[in-house]
Amino acid sequence: MKILTGNDLKTGAVTWWDGTGWSLHVEQAADVGEDGELIIAREEAARRVNVPYAIAAERGPDGRVRPAHIKDRIRALGPTVRPDLTLRPADPTAGNWVI
Amino acid sequence: MYRYDTYDQAMVDTRVAEFRDQTRRRLEGKLSEDQFKPLRLMNGLYLQLHAYMLRVAVPYGTLSSAQMHALADIADKYDRGYGHFTTRQNIQYNWIKLEDAPDILADLAKVEMHAIQTSGNCIRNISSDHYAGAAADEATDPRPYAELLRQWSSFHPEFSALPRKFKIAVIASETDRAAMRLHDIGIRLVRNPDANGAGELGAAFYVGGGMGRTPMIAPLIRDFVPLEQLITYSEACLRVYNRHGRRDNKYKARIKILVHELGEDEYRRQVEEEFAHLLTLGIEPPFAELERIRTYFADPAFTPGLPESIDRSDPDFALWVDRNCHTHKQPGYVAATISLKPVGGIPGDATAAQMHLMAELARDYSFDECRVTHAQNIVLPHVEQQRLYELWQKLEAAGLGTANLDQVGDIIACPGLDYCSLANARSIPVAQKISERFAASGKGDALGELKLKISGCINACGHHHAGHIGILGVDKKGLENYQLLLGGSEGADTSLGKITGPGFDEDGIVDAVEKAADVYLAQRSEGERFLDTYRRIGMEPFKEALYG
Repeated sequence: MKILTGNDLKTGAVTWWDGTGWSLHVEQAADVGEDGELIIAREEAARRVNVPYAIAAERGPDGRVRPAHIKDRIRALGPTVRPDLTLRPADPTAGNWVI
Repeated sequence: MYRYDTYDQAMVDTRVAEFRDQTRRRLEGKLSEDQFKPLRLMNGLYLQLHAYMLRVAVPYGTLSSAQMHALADIADKYDRGYGHFTTRQNIQYNWIKLEDAPDILADLAKVEMHAIQTSGNCIRNISSDHYAGAAADEATDPRPYAELLRQWSSFHPEFSALPRKFKIAVIASETDRAAMRLHDIGIRLVRNPDANGAGELGAAFYVGGGMGRTPMIAPLIRDFVPLEQLITYSEACLRVYNRHGRRDNKYKARIKILVHELGEDEYRRQVEEEFAHLLTLGIEPPFAELERIRTYFADPAFTPGLPESIDRSDPDFALWVDRNCHTHKQPGYVAATISLKPVGGIPGDATAAQMHLMAELARDYSFDECRVTHAQNIVLPHVEQQRLYELWQKLEAAGLGTANLDQVGDIIACPGLDYCSLANARSIPVAQKISERFAASGKGDALGELKLKISGCINACGHHHAGHIGILGVDKKGLENYQLLLGGSEGADTSLGKITGPGFDEDGIVDAVEKAADVYLAQRSEGERFLDTYRRIGMEPFKEALYG
């Protein structure tokens, strides 16, 4: 599957295209298929998200969307060395999904 | 310390107002990211993996306690309670919101700081010896000259769009503690070797060094430039680069490539020609300006006749003194290094509370001054020996008393793939595992001086080329992979590390470092450091242990 990601203009936070807007949670990312370039052009014009781009991802058996590249998996969760600053600070296994 | 005059303050305040307006227009959608990006980068604001990152300049690594307090306040107020001290003697904040950036710059301006020229193809923050003004072995305090260069290079219209970024280091000691020859220009202040008698002060210029994907050690281009021609000669070096440096290929655009391709003789010839021309134009600042700057760097009011003995009855304290304290020019004082490398910690990170404490300790124990080192530690440059134990107890209580300067646990590591958009692999977890491995086994204490440096990509912000042991993280088919290098050094005996062979995964590289350390322990001769043994026995015994 192909998903879109970028950084929020105001906060710089990592965001994912969920089909209608931008979400902080990668599990809400929508498969954009071949529409990625169209959405990117529209969203860049709207100037809410910085440099959106398309990446490859897969949906696991648990339904969770997993970006194909480690860089985007780290972006999805947060720094592996500061679990307290990630999106799931209470989950000690969160990093296992990333690496 | 240098204090801003009205011109300095007006320049910084004007820039803050300008950036506030640019940010407003960006947030209102009146500027695109393509339009805004070069503007924010001119003010040190990057966009990294998780958020905006602000890099704040710490000129030649020197901070007052008020400035350190302000950095801590920014960490608390605008970031997530910590900052990261870098190998360029700067500090970076990882979680900045765009809408806060102008307020942060305004807060910085109140304590005579900024983030100007911490990005872009311009002359970056001038770095220097973190023991400047305290070291017993320096010809003079290099900071007034670093400050003069800072003023010359700030907003220099001719050098604001160089082929690539440009880094200058200034030292004044035979011992190089600033990786001077791995800079675009390395300046060593020296006594005139040709003079009779005492010899006047001048500058030796090394040009064309650097790390990155093409590491090079800067050759000596001129062994003596009179101080009253320091800026003119610097300008000549930059002009030749600005004229002929390659703009067609980002990877060949640094001055090291130009010097290498021209050859040092031809580069020197062109610089001398330009230098002769510039001398006719009279561009050197008035000597009175240097004298004015120099007054800010007068020695603090050292107390003469202080005792030079230290009570070493506490063995933990004695170890810290042996490892973390450096001889001072003034009897009865030392320069003390606060390690930001606790076992298993994140190299260079400090919490806001730790920064506030270090600021207070700088005020109470070191004439209101501290330094950021390129090894990502903090130095209190002027501490009375008789108060050292008291200081160490306060550091220990705050988790800042680690006795590991230049030991295997004192690892330089870039932010790596945990934070940096350029990185290919994570650096910090590797540093943490190595630190924990050697602390747990106890081997760290047996190793002595061993400088270990880790970069998460070829850009080499973690100085891996200059590590006795260096580690370079690469992307191998989507997986993190780590190359091991041996034999690098950044000091007077600067050398570049060599890759041992095929890389390792995250756990494998930790094992590999331990194996390399074991080879050293087995083969070292009396008094040899890791680097000395490597240079004596060569790469083969290490390769045998790693891959045999």
